[in-house]
Amino acid sequence: MMLMFNRDTWQEIFGSIKKNKARTIITVIGVLWGIFIYIVLSGAAKGLDNGFEERFEDVAMNSMFAWAQQTSVPYAGFKTGRPIQLKLGDVQVLNTRVPEIQYIAPRIVKGVFGDGPGSVVRGQRTGTYNVYGDYPVLSKIATQKIYIGGRFINEGDTEEDRKVCVIGERTKKELFAKDEEPVGKYIRIDNVFFRVIGVKKYEEGGGFGDDGDINIPFTTFKKLYNTGDNVGWLAIAAYDDADVMQVEVDVKNILKKIHQISPEDDRAIGSFNLGEIFNKINGFAKGLTFLSLVVGIATIIAGVIGIGNILLISVKERTKELGVRRALGATPSEVRGQIILESVFLTMVAGIFGIVLGSFVLRGIDAATQDTDIPYTNPTVPIPYVVGALFIMVVLGTLIGLIPAQRAVSIKPIDALREE
Amino acid sequence: MIEIKDLHKSYKVGKSSLHVLKGININIEGGELVAIMGSSGSGKSTLLNILGMLDVADKGSYTLDGVPIKDLDETKAAKYRNKFLGFVFQSFNLINYKTALENVALPLYYQRISRKVRQKTAMEYLEKVGLAEWAVHLPSELSGGQKQRIAIARALAAQPKVLLADEPTGALDSTTSYEVMQLIQEINDEGKTILVVTHETDIANMCKRIVLLKDGVIIEDKKVTQVRASEHV
Repeated sequence: MMLMFNRDTWQEIFGSIKKNKARTIITVIGVLWGIFIYIVLSGAAKGLDNGFEERFEDVAMNSMFAWAQQTSVPYAGFKTGRPIQLKLGDVQVLNTRVPEIQYIAPRIVKGVFGDGPGSVVRGQRTGTYNVYGDYPVLSKIATQKIYIGGRFINEGDTEEDRKVCVIGERTKKELFAKDEEPVGKYIRIDNVFFRVIGVKKYEEGGGFGDDGDINIPFTTFKKLYNTGDNVGWLAIAAYDDADVMQVEVDVKNILKKIHQISPEDDRAIGSFNLGEIFNKINGFAKGLTFLSLVVGIATIIAGVIGIGNILLISVKERTKELGVRRALGATPSEVRGQIILESVFLTMVAGIFGIVLGSFVLRGIDAATQDTDIPYTNPTVPIPYVVGALFIMVVLGTLIGLIPAQRAVSIKPIDALREE
Repeated sequence: MIEIKDLHKSYKVGKSSLHVLKGININIEGGELVAIMGSSGSGKSTLLNILGMLDVADKGSYTLDGVPIKDLDETKAAKYRNKFLGFVFQSFNLINYKTALENVALPLYYQRISRKVRQKTAMEYLEKVGLAEWAVHLPSELSGGQKQRIAIARALAAQPKVLLADEPTGALDSTTSYEVMQLIQEINDEGKTILVVTHETDIANMCKRIVLLKDGVIIEDKKVTQVRASEHV
């Protein structure tokens, strides 16, 4: 241990490393490459992971959607092919029967499923946009980002069937002048005036929305379009600790019961589970992280073996020098220590350079993907991983250094001196 | 200073064994300058190696400055070598990527002497061999004679009890040889015990005592009148 903190030891090591600059550099590149690959790969994997996470951050991970289709099995006297219509009453039943449900938001839309979108007029400007009927609870399931000055639909809006709407960014751009403040202004949706209460920032991911969507209170929607208690689909968020897959099954079973659908009918109720998708992507990212770990470690090992190899040759070349040193009084443990330190030192230098270089490349990739569609955010390698990699390298460097070190001391000084 | 009694050494060569030293008895006092002569195969190098603790005798006793040298492991041998002995080799054996000064300082490094003291001591010895201005030069930039003088400075730096020189002039022309011998004589004049292995009679005659080895035994051990190397230069 004393050996390690002695300035002279290091001078000796630098001396012998400097002797063979080209070879030392090439050797170091071997390990450098290993740790570089490890850092870049695992950083990139983390970046992808972060990227996915960012895409989904506005939607509750444990959320699901359920909608009604047509039956595919005859049941209870009904023929097959019967269209099913979800009703507002279903929400109440689901809420009481499935305790894992935290939030449930019935939604309905005009313009997505075959029917024409709402035609919207404001002064001389017109456009057609999908119009959604929503409850305020939706914002608990999928975050609604409203620009400052506005708000999303609230309880009062639904209770009093207010004619208010939240518009999308594109809608705002198309219906309003550039620096006009839309909040408080009126637009005409299918010939009914609505007051704009907010502009929604469009976020990708989570369903089929786009940046032109208009949200109005569910209760207003049903009056406007005469949809009664019809519900287009249900957005459901389960509690964090609930198994959303199970919730999905339960919800479908209950809906089948309510609407007299055969329990065997897999097509009557459609559903989509974000948790499952998210888990798949998560698994992919985890796999990538693991892969980068394996590849990185393997490359590091290859590099360290290269260092051992070079040191073996170097010991062979320096047999005579080591003999002289021992004739002058170097003990075997000093010789051994010096060679192991050389090995560890080379490994560490290579490692640190590799980490620095890898970080630069990660930063470069981050900058290059900043404004693109590629889900890639903040690629980082956790410090424990970096420290762990360095630790592994020190251990490997020591182990591999033992081989040439042992070779160096196994030669008797007299034989070493005799060698010409 | 050196006491050797009934020293035997044999090497295994294939299945047979080669008896190199067949009972050597010798006493060397402090301050002597002894030439060990003999044709090749006479065992002179083996004897020097055993004296230098680079090799171990099969039988017999070896006492160096009152310390019995026995049961040596490598670590102990290294310490003794460092403390008691200075080596001068035929092929100089300087470390080629270290400067003259660093080479001279090397034995002090293994004595764990601080860097400053080491540099200072090494410089003193370089001055002693007249090569102070070559301190920062690498061995490759020095002539053979200069290299050997650096090697002698290195051997002296640790202030050993005995200087062991294995054919110190073997790789040098005669003029340079005499210069090196002159240095060795001067060091001996200061009281250092020196053993020189050589097969050159003129070099041997520059010592104070000649021990002649043949086939592993001492056949002649005589005191001679020293020829001063300075007369030849």
